[in-house]
Amino acid sequence: MNFSEVFKQSNQLCKVSPDGKYLATCVQYRLVVRDVSTLQILQLYTCLDQISHMDWSSDSLFILCAMYKRGLVQVWSLEQPDWHCKIDEGSIGLVSSRWSPDGRHILNTTEFHLRVTVWSLCTKAVSYIKYPKACQKGIDFSRDGCYMALAERRDCKDYVSVFVCDDWHLLRHFETETQDLAGLEWSPNGCVLAVWDSCLEYKVLLYSLDGRLLSAYSAYEWSLGVKSVTWSPNSQFLAIGSYDEKVRILNHITWKKITQFEHPSSINNTKAVVYKEVEKRTAVGSDDLSLHITIGTALYNTRSKYEICPSPVQIPVVKPDPDRANPKIGVSSLAFSSDSRYLATKNDNMASVVWVWDMQKMSLVAVLEQTSAVRCFQWDPCRPRLALCTGNTTLYLWSPAGCVSVQVPTEGGFQVQSLNWHRSGDSLMLLGKEQLCLCYMDTDQEDK
Amino acid sequence: MSKTSYCAYLTGFISPEVKDTCSSSVECRSPPLIQFSQSSVPLHRNYILSTFCTEHNVQECLSHINQEVSSLGLPPVWTESSGSSEMNVMAVLNCMYDLIQLHHRGLRTLENMEVEQLKSSSNVDHLQRTSTQLKEQLELSKRGNTGLLERERQLHLKVKSLQNCLKNEKDEVQKLQNIIASRASQYNHEMKRKEREFTKLKERLNQLLVDKKEKKQAIDVLNNIGRADGKRSLWKTQKTEAKHEGEMYKTLLSDYDTRQREMLLENAELKKVLQQIKKEMVSILSLRKPIRKDDKHPDAGIQADSEDEEQVFDSSKESVGLFSVHAREKLTNSIRLQWRRLKSHVERLDSQASLAQMGENKTDDAISRETHEEEMDRLKLEIQPCKDFIQTQQQLLQQQLSSPCDEETTSLLSNCYMLQERERFREEWKTLEKQRNLFERERRNCTEAAIRLSHERKAFEDDRAVWLKHQFLNLSPFADLRKPQMSKSKSCFLISETESSASSAPEKLIKCRSDTTSPTPRCVPLTSASTADMHRTVCLVPEKRYVVFICTNHDMPVTNAALVVCYELFMLIFYFQINQTKWKD
Repeated sequence: MNFSEVFKQSNQLCKVSPDGKYLATCVQYRLVVRDVSTLQILQLYTCLDQISHMDWSSDSLFILCAMYKRGLVQVWSLEQPDWHCKIDEGSIGLVSSRWSPDGRHILNTTEFHLRVTVWSLCTKAVSYIKYPKACQKGIDFSRDGCYMALAERRDCKDYVSVFVCDDWHLLRHFETETQDLAGLEWSPNGCVLAVWDSCLEYKVLLYSLDGRLLSAYSAYEWSLGVKSVTWSPNSQFLAIGSYDEKVRILNHITWKKITQFEHPSSINNTKAVVYKEVEKRTAVGSDDLSLHITIGTALYNTRSKYEICPSPVQIPVVKPDPDRANPKIGVSSLAFSSDSRYLATKNDNMASVVWVWDMQKMSLVAVLEQTSAVRCFQWDPCRPRLALCTGNTTLYLWSPAGCVSVQVPTEGGFQVQSLNWHRSGDSLMLLGKEQLCLCYMDTDQEDK
Repeated sequence: MSKTSYCAYLTGFISPEVKDTCSSSVECRSPPLIQFSQSSVPLHRNYILSTFCTEHNVQECLSHINQEVSSLGLPPVWTESSGSSEMNVMAVLNCMYDLIQLHHRGLRTLENMEVEQLKSSSNVDHLQRTSTQLKEQLELSKRGNTGLLERERQLHLKVKSLQNCLKNEKDEVQKLQNIIASRASQYNHEMKRKEREFTKLKERLNQLLVDKKEKKQAIDVLNNIGRADGKRSLWKTQKTEAKHEGEMYKTLLSDYDTRQREMLLENAELKKVLQQIKKEMVSILSLRKPIRKDDKHPDAGIQADSEDEEQVFDSSKESVGLFSVHAREKLTNSIRLQWRRLKSHVERLDSQASLAQMGENKTDDAISRETHEEEMDRLKLEIQPCKDFIQTQQQLLQQQLSSPCDEETTSLLSNCYMLQERERFREEWKTLEKQRNLFERERRNCTEAAIRLSHERKAFEDDRAVWLKHQFLNLSPFADLRKPQMSKSKSCFLISETESSASSAPEKLIKCRSDTTSPTPRCVPLTSASTADMHRTVCLVPEKRYVVFICTNHDMPVTNAALVVCYELFMLIFYFQINQTKWKD
């Protein structure tokens, strides 16, 4: 495992192009594009203001930089460095900007969700979509880029509009049976749209592409409901994390619950392996190669490694404040591995623990108990390998073979706040507060 | 004086406790006794006072007593007809006796009654005690009851209050629910209102911003870029719309298509598995079939099934069969059938296995005969060597016992018998010895007796001779002086002789002596009738003779001699008597 040198970045705006060739980073008001393999700077663009959002177009030819405060969006071309495009939303404001799947349109959501403006880079044409709903996830494009689902609110009712992204033709427009729609998400095959209600009511609705209601699912009433929803990459499972600290798995044929994964505070499942991170303040230069691999000079005298705990394990639980809104309880993060074999979850009142479930056996496989709260976890796009970070200098990796914690050997205390896999799964981009660093996986080593 | 008045007079003397007893339970039990007690007790007292009869009122007293006595049902003491002053003493005595009897009876009854009263009073005491105890118990239980009632009341009150509370709570809940509902509806309404306002505001803002000229939203592009697919954008027409629809359905269809294909694949896979299962089942069952045909399961459908199987096998060879409905049905049906058979077979095997297990645990009746017999045979086989072993053991034991101890045992046994016999003989010997001793003694006695007899005979002969001589000599009156000595010796001998044979003889002798003074006729009745005749006959002559003697000799020596003679005569008679009895024996 190798680590690159550390680069500057701001606002954690660093993205690898969809084709995996380039790395775009924003530093204040500058946009830097590097070659991923060499990390040489290919292009350097200067924006009008500090960049608050940056995104690659689907064809990796254009980069969008949004400056929400100014209501500006600047688009840069990788092929034609002197080509420029500036979209000014004016006094109507801007809260969100994104590429359309074809990479030729930009969808800007104005302040107060007044409308969604669709700018065409081809024709400079502009079109508006009214009444978008301000919610958790109001817009979703299908994986193939053909359709866009948009949550709308009209006359105090929730609607979903399905647009054809090709020419923004409104394909379907239907009212949903939700009290207060919170989000929608296409299945990876683009044929089913999952719609869920706000946390006040546990309700998940499944619509076909043509607007037919396929199924409605509700696990319970009255108490706080859905917190997160994720499709499995093969579209066969829909995982619903909720405030009752459970994950429910629906199947794609009957849309009934197959199983539910609970997150108990004491684990006495003998089949699950519980990895507990243990931090050690060791002497400088100790070559402890048992589980973690240290490279370079050991400037940081805190070392962490995993220990396997015997079966009955008590997990630290933080009781949420019942008087506060959005209580820190329930499953907020769900992620399927690329082969849909594993599901990683995080329960908010056990913030330092990541649970890994086997979707074939429908059982708990591993529990990773960290010393501090988990900030981010992401599956390798090619292998069943989970990377996670807890805001310290260590990168953690889990695979069915075992668990590894890796010290990031950079100077100045690089604290990993977030991470992103390269699409090949060969490298991992680690984001600190002001820095970033690439971590290259040794292909022959990792197959140990 | 009338009876009632007398009764009243008498009652004055009745002690209150007697009265009490009269009035209480005794009265109802035996009323006649009361009268006696009434009459007897005061009479007794009256007697003590003894001022009833004086010399002057004898007549009155008599009549009164008569009356009283008659009232008591006794015969009258005195009748006027018999005489004025004379009364029948017998009647009076009888009457008195009766009265005393009555009095005694009365006393006895009184005693009885007193005892009874004591008993009853103790009984009453006991009853009173028990009643007080029971009362106390009653009181206690009453108190407990009241306590319980109080508790029940309290509990009732509590229940009521709780019910009230519950009702209140329910009301409260209802109220709160209503409040929540109303608030929710109000909130929803407000939300809607706000949302509407919000949308209006948005509209207005939108309008305003759109109308605003100074800072219009704009796009500034250096030059338009081509579409990603390189095509030119199309006008929005009906055609494009239809095309979109078509594409949408195409994607949906393709999705369904892929799903169907997946399912088909899955189905094919499952069918393959089914076929395999079926094949294996058929093979298993066919192996089993010949055995089963012998069994009591004559399946009517076996042939048809086998036909079916063949058909299905044929169809399975052709993949077309997979997709035809009939083939599928046949397959599933046959699989089901086979499965059922297999299941039953397995179940039977299972039950057999369990039975076998049970048999291992405890020999039950449920074991089949075969196993039973097998077991029996096995056990028999096992028993045989055991028996042999036992036999050899016995033999060995016998050998061991018999070889060294043969002579000894026989001698021992014979000794035993000899001992017994000896014992027996000894016993017999003893008895015989005893008998011999007895005989010896008897013989001795006999010889003694014979000797004595001979002696006696000799003495008798001598005596006779002497007597004869005397008789002879008696003719001379001078021979009298010698006689007493001789007679004396004889008498002594006689007495000693008669001691053993008859104890009554001395008595007789003494009597005779004492009665010598009394007249002679008294002596006769004391002897037995038979001997008396003999005495008479024997003594007739000498008596007369002695009398003669007495009468003739009035001098002292003469009387002495007469007496001696008399005595001797008596002795003789006795002697004769004794001898007679001896001889008789």
